[in-house]
Amino acid sequence: MFHREAGVFKTTYATDMALYPLPVAKWTVAALLVLFVVIVPFTFQEYYLSILNLILIAIVGALGLNILVGYTGQISLGHGAFMSVGAYTAANLAVRLGLPFWLTLPAGGLMAALIGVVVGMPSLRIKGLYLAIATLAGQLIIEWTINHVPAISGGAQASIEVPRPHLFGLVINSQGRLYFFLLFFAVLAIVATLNLVRSRIGRAFVAVRDQDIAAEIIGIDIYRYKLLSFAISSFYAGVCGVLYTYYFGIANYEQFQLIVSIDYLAMIIIGGLGSVLGAIFGAIFVTLLPIVLRLLLENVGSLIFSDSELANVISGTRLAVFGALIIFFLVVEPEGLNRLWRNIRNYFRVWPFSY
Amino acid sequence: MLSFVKRCLGVAVAAGTLAVGAGGALAQQKEIVFGLQCDRTGPTATVGTVLCPGYHDYIDLVNSKGGVEGYKIKVIEVDNEYKVPPAMEAHERFKKEGAVLEGLYGTPQTQALAKKLEEDKILGTSPGFGTAVAADGKRYPYIFPIAASYWSQAGAAIEFVKERLGTLKGKKIAYLFYDNPAGKEPLPILEDLSKSEGFELRTFAVPAPGVEMGAQVLDITSRYRPDFVVTHLFGRSPSVSIKELKGKGFPLSKVVAFVWGSAEADIIAAGGYGMAEGYSTLQFAGVGKDFPVIKDIAAMYKAQGKSTPKEMDSTVYYNRGVMTAAVHVEALRNAIKAKGGGVPTSEEVKNGMEHIKDFSLGGLVPPLTLTATDHEGGGWCEVWTVKGGKLVKTKDWFQGYRPLVEKQIQADASKS
Repeated sequence: MFHREAGVFKTTYATDMALYPLPVAKWTVAALLVLFVVIVPFTFQEYYLSILNLILIAIVGALGLNILVGYTGQISLGHGAFMSVGAYTAANLAVRLGLPFWLTLPAGGLMAALIGVVVGMPSLRIKGLYLAIATLAGQLIIEWTINHVPAISGGAQASIEVPRPHLFGLVINSQGRLYFFLLFFAVLAIVATLNLVRSRIGRAFVAVRDQDIAAEIIGIDIYRYKLLSFAISSFYAGVCGVLYTYYFGIANYEQFQLIVSIDYLAMIIIGGLGSVLGAIFGAIFVTLLPIVLRLLLENVGSLIFSDSELANVISGTRLAVFGALIIFFLVVEPEGLNRLWRNIRNYFRVWPFSY
Repeated sequence: MLSFVKRCLGVAVAAGTLAVGAGGALAQQKEIVFGLQCDRTGPTATVGTVLCPGYHDYIDLVNSKGGVEGYKIKVIEVDNEYKVPPAMEAHERFKKEGAVLEGLYGTPQTQALAKKLEEDKILGTSPGFGTAVAADGKRYPYIFPIAASYWSQAGAAIEFVKERLGTLKGKKIAYLFYDNPAGKEPLPILEDLSKSEGFELRTFAVPAPGVEMGAQVLDITSRYRPDFVVTHLFGRSPSVSIKELKGKGFPLSKVVAFVWGSAEADIIAAGGYGMAEGYSTLQFAGVGKDFPVIKDIAAMYKAQGKSTPKEMDSTVYYNRGVMTAAVHVEALRNAIKAKGGGVPTSEEVKNGMEHIKDFSLGGLVPPLTLTATDHEGGGWCEVWTVKGGKLVKTKDWFQGYRPLVEKQIQADASKS
């Protein structure tokens, strides 16, 4: 990622597919691990850790959506609803049966995967905009169901309070402890996705995306792989929903409405469709940009406006700048931040001898 | 061009040094931080853009009069856009800046922060948001609704209907509500009352986003033909309900709305005061400008040589912002007094909040008394009605069916 290579000539498929293209890549990963496991949690203030926590949760959700949209080429507007399925499954299991998080978390993911397959059924027959509308219907049906079935929602308030997760007698409640909890699952999701996309399944996904008829002709069962993609993507969404539930201590479907599905689509489009790094970049960008813009405007704006005027100016300006920046980045590089990053890297790879 | 840039840079540098100097001077002054969450750009921006300026104006007024017991108040506002993750970020920000209390905004946000607020021992107020059971101070020690919950509003609405109709026995009441958890929350109270008071209740749900309710209103006006309609709607939908009911020939004098169906903007959007004549709404803060505190704020603007902000004309939401700020300040004052002038901790401010007694702010606030067990402050409401081109008070502060609401809160607490 952060290294320069020279004289690397891959001669076998195995080396081409390797997770670490160069020996030095291992050191980069090790350095990143040390940074995020040792240095960051012990030097950052709680406030910054809380932002990181939100980013970590968003990464899991964005990775999942990227598998479906970026790798398999199936659009989905129901990602938020799959999160709520995971959230309510875990919350019900945790409260009614008193199960610990290491059981409720995969259970939430599996239930979301199951529902995801059902919502994904229309993808077998329709594509593109039509599929978007079909999944939109899925989102609304799931929202409505949770709202109107007390057995799922736990009453008129449609919210279930969940106890904080325990591990080895330790209550995971502070932002610092939650950081390790969330980091573990985010790293797990990243590693799993990296491995998934270079496996047979990942390659089949890409084949379906690029040309589904051609994929069928070379022997890929596209129905199976489309549904599998929906299942895996929804599993990530479900896990993301469970993480939100444990992070806030409550499952509430109003946290997972249509706007959330659109936010996650924005993340992967800005970050770069069909890349793991892109999903991570997108999650960071969409979560961090409003916060950074506000801090910036608070400091600059206080020179011009009074405090009470400033509040209104900040909100409006932030929204406008946020929109403008998204357009700017997509115009500069339609393939997203990941491509931008690769372009920069490729430039420095041959620097200063670029032709 | 270059000279312009230079001049700008010069101004910036000068302003920067001034700001640094001012910051140094401020640090010596005694200052206490309040956190305020707001929605100025999200789906409920019509509320937030009026309510939050009201909050700031009251705090400015207090500061211009020398602050609270010698302490100036600094408000940090974060726009959460009615989204939940930014609400958590906002809370952590407030905590980092040392806020002693927080004004929350939004029902899902209030619920999502309840646990964190308790862990961090910082109180949050949620007037008009959150759940009715949060009134129970034992169960949610750090959440303070400080205003009538939807359960209290349901009781108040039925009490008002009873007053209008004389008796409820054998009458038909239609409940037109926004189909979300907040809209469904009053149902247990309404159902209980329908049994004990002997009226017939039928519910009509309006799906999100609530701008299409022709079928429901037609069902009410042509088929069900109720004696009274109680509405509980949000956002754009209250104005649509006024238009639809009026359009289908239902007398608006037989309609009472919950607290979010009531702003001046809703009436104007429905076609103006003439159109909405007779329409009644519940309120948890006073309406209009005829309060000493509102006059003080106007005088403050005049003294600064500025005209009063346009938000002040939307008195329904503006006054709610003023009310929230006033209750915050009152809690802080109690805390400082209890500590003999020392800087209170967030825990002590919570204690101060629980010792607010008969606080009325010249009638803008109900006779508010908060205790360690009752964080709602009694669930007081007023009814205001559109009459002759303006909102007129038709029923002074009252509590509707309070014992029933309290019983419901206790029943819910024992359930979990």
